[in-house]
Amino acid sequence: MDARIDYYPTHEDNGFRFRRGRPLPFGATMVPNGVNFSVFSSAATACTLVLFRKGDAKPMVEIPFPEEFRVGSVYSMIVFDLDYDRLEYGYRVDGPWDPDHGYRFDRRKILGDPYAKTVGGRDGWRSPPHWDDIYPHRARLVFEDFDWEDDYPLEIPIEDLVIYEMHVRGFTQHPSSRVKHRGTYAGIREKIPHLKALGVNCIELMPIFEFDEWENARQHPETGEWLVNYWGYSTLGFFAPKAGFAATGRLGMQVDELKNLVKELHRNGIEVILDVVFNHTNEGDHRGPTLSFRGLDNKTYYMLTPEGYYFNFSGCGNTLNCNHPVVRNLVLDCLRYWASEYHVDGFRFDLAAILGRDQNGTPLPNPPLLESLAYDPVLAKAKLIAEAWDAGGLYQVGSFPAYGRWAEWNGKYRDALRRFLKGDLGMVGEMAARIQGSPDLYPYRGPTASVNFVTCHDGFTLYDLVAYNDKHNEANGEHNQDGANDNDSWNHGAEGETDDPDINRLRRRQIKNALTLLLLSQGVPMLLMGDEIGRTQGGNNNAYCHDNDITWVDWTLLEKNAELFRYVREVVAFRHAHPVLRRRAPFTHTDVVGSAYPDISFHGTQPWTPDWDGTSRVLAWMLCGKHARVPDDSIYVVANAYWEALPFTPPAPPPGAWWHVFANTSMAPPEDVHEVGKEPRITDSAITVGPRSVMVLVAR
Amino acid sequence: MAFKVSSAVTGDVVSLTLAGELDATSAPTFKTEIDKAVGQTPHSLVVQVKDLTFMASAGLRVLIYAKQKLGSRVALYVVAPQETILSTLRMTGFDKSVYIVDQWPPMETDARRPA
Repeated sequence: MDARIDYYPTHEDNGFRFRRGRPLPFGATMVPNGVNFSVFSSAATACTLVLFRKGDAKPMVEIPFPEEFRVGSVYSMIVFDLDYDRLEYGYRVDGPWDPDHGYRFDRRKILGDPYAKTVGGRDGWRSPPHWDDIYPHRARLVFEDFDWEDDYPLEIPIEDLVIYEMHVRGFTQHPSSRVKHRGTYAGIREKIPHLKALGVNCIELMPIFEFDEWENARQHPETGEWLVNYWGYSTLGFFAPKAGFAATGRLGMQVDELKNLVKELHRNGIEVILDVVFNHTNEGDHRGPTLSFRGLDNKTYYMLTPEGYYFNFSGCGNTLNCNHPVVRNLVLDCLRYWASEYHVDGFRFDLAAILGRDQNGTPLPNPPLLESLAYDPVLAKAKLIAEAWDAGGLYQVGSFPAYGRWAEWNGKYRDALRRFLKGDLGMVGEMAARIQGSPDLYPYRGPTASVNFVTCHDGFTLYDLVAYNDKHNEANGEHNQDGANDNDSWNHGAEGETDDPDINRLRRRQIKNALTLLLLSQGVPMLLMGDEIGRTQGGNNNAYCHDNDITWVDWTLLEKNAELFRYVREVVAFRHAHPVLRRRAPFTHTDVVGSAYPDISFHGTQPWTPDWDGTSRVLAWMLCGKHARVPDDSIYVVANAYWEALPFTPPAPPPGAWWHVFANTSMAPPEDVHEVGKEPRITDSAITVGPRSVMVLVAR
Repeated sequence: MAFKVSSAVTGDVVSLTLAGELDATSAPTFKTEIDKAVGQTPHSLVVQVKDLTFMASAGLRVLIYAKQKLGSRVALYVVAPQETILSTLRMTGFDKSVYIVDQWPPMETDARRPA
């Protein structure tokens, strides 16, 4: 390569030798003997490359791009003999300052590269920032030399997933985690045995793209505690892993540590889905800092009002202009990079409805970005999951443009399950749809379009859902004004912690009921980190700013709530053991295999007589095992949300088979659940299902 | 402490002994030695790191470079890393690519190729 003429310098400036670069790929790319820098701006009048020696306050050189280096709207150059490990780079961009027309160029600022593979400035979590740095979030290079051996994405069929949503830091930061490197990628790796024991085969990481935990940080007006951007739904570097989540971040090895985590998870049969935030950036509105996009090409990257202000469909100040062709390519390049370079298995898109809006914010019938993602060759096997709503009022659960590829967080599933469990009237009909994978929402896409959940990071934990009627967000410092008011929660007789044994028993049962129905529903179940051991946030339903005991998993609960953990583990195992619970296609409600049962049938206290009345609180259904994609046992589930015990007569089991009790949430452990294959047989033709209880039978 | 590297050849085994801090400043020196070692087409490359007190990303990069240059048929041994460096090698997954041993030549039970 060294002999090729195009890799020799043609220019020199202050001892730095360079030449015309290549416009693609964008970003900083290592080439023989040098680095190719390429950056786009549609309206700049000039551009300067700014190079720093890592950590230095002042640049070591600023090299203006000669006009002849520009191709179209792309500035590129190769600079030779740079020390990759100690290099930080940025750009100064000249152009008009004319906010009324959307231009916000400011050559005083040094701007980050949208394609930066790592971003400096937050190398350790909550390390004190250098507030007076002229370039606080510096683009850096990375080596892509990780030894993946034979690893590649697992490509587990989506209907077979049990997803576990987690926050990287919150999962192991609590001292009780007993891991060596708390709050990090390495810490998760140490906890793989817990994930395996639980039986989840996919973790969904809350944002790990580099963000600034100090963004909008403030002190609680009364307690003085620092409230930070803990969740990280505010991206600073779309291609850069969060260094503060790596034990090796200060040594610059966050890329390796994260890749190693992915590789180890894959070896253990666990996929990795990233929660990605493409709806806005951390530059905020017109009052926000100029860090990158705003100064590079404000009009291209952001949705602007005719007056030049920022549309705010994200609720976070600005809205990324995702259906501009240039931005669309940025998103595609980014996801391809994470899929190919980090072996990530899929993506969950935060406020994804925004990705379907045009450049003026109008929802598109055929959004180019969503279509491109669905048909992208590199992403062809990656899971694509939409949070199908946004903060601008667009709610697309069931109607998100899916192209046969996209799944959705099913918010209606969450709401229906919560209401049914607390005994609301008129919920039986809707629950019947929800446990089928919501055919009312996904009649053609089928159950695999539905990611079912009862809790997620946003809102109550499952324990808090059954322990609080109201949110308790005082610790957020906004007088309990923030966070959702409609939680469909119920405290069962006392608000918060209580020593009333009856209430505590009922709460435990309700947690089991919720998780049983969730894991036995068609669709893709998602659990929230810690719900399997009864994690509480003390009733806080909007814990985005807490880097403390509110959000950290307290691992002592694993011992305290061992009963619950055992229960959840067995139900997860039951789901994995029974393909009849994991259909790809909607039910037909007919007997298409000649088993004498339809694929799904509904029942009441008497078989074949479901009670669809608005006053009913009972739902029972049977799944015929012969209709599964591979022959399976039949399963009968009774959900009694009524406050009294009720007698049920199950439908006759298939010839030669007997009903066995897998789970009965009204029973005390160890009778609440049985190991798969070791379920005790029942001999009576009728069963009693306890008050507010779920019972699961399996015929074999 | 300043970085130091010395090399020795015994039969078809090349040994490099590192001491001090292996960071972006010292990594090029190490890389030069690696290139020399690879040029001798050894059967094994042994990197003694007992007295290495610090290793940054640049140092890890040279180790990865060495592994890649040597190919899969040549064994790379990292001998007696201090706890912090061992920890770093594990967190970044490099322990999967090389043999980490407590001494050279390794004890029978010591030559672990981590699973």
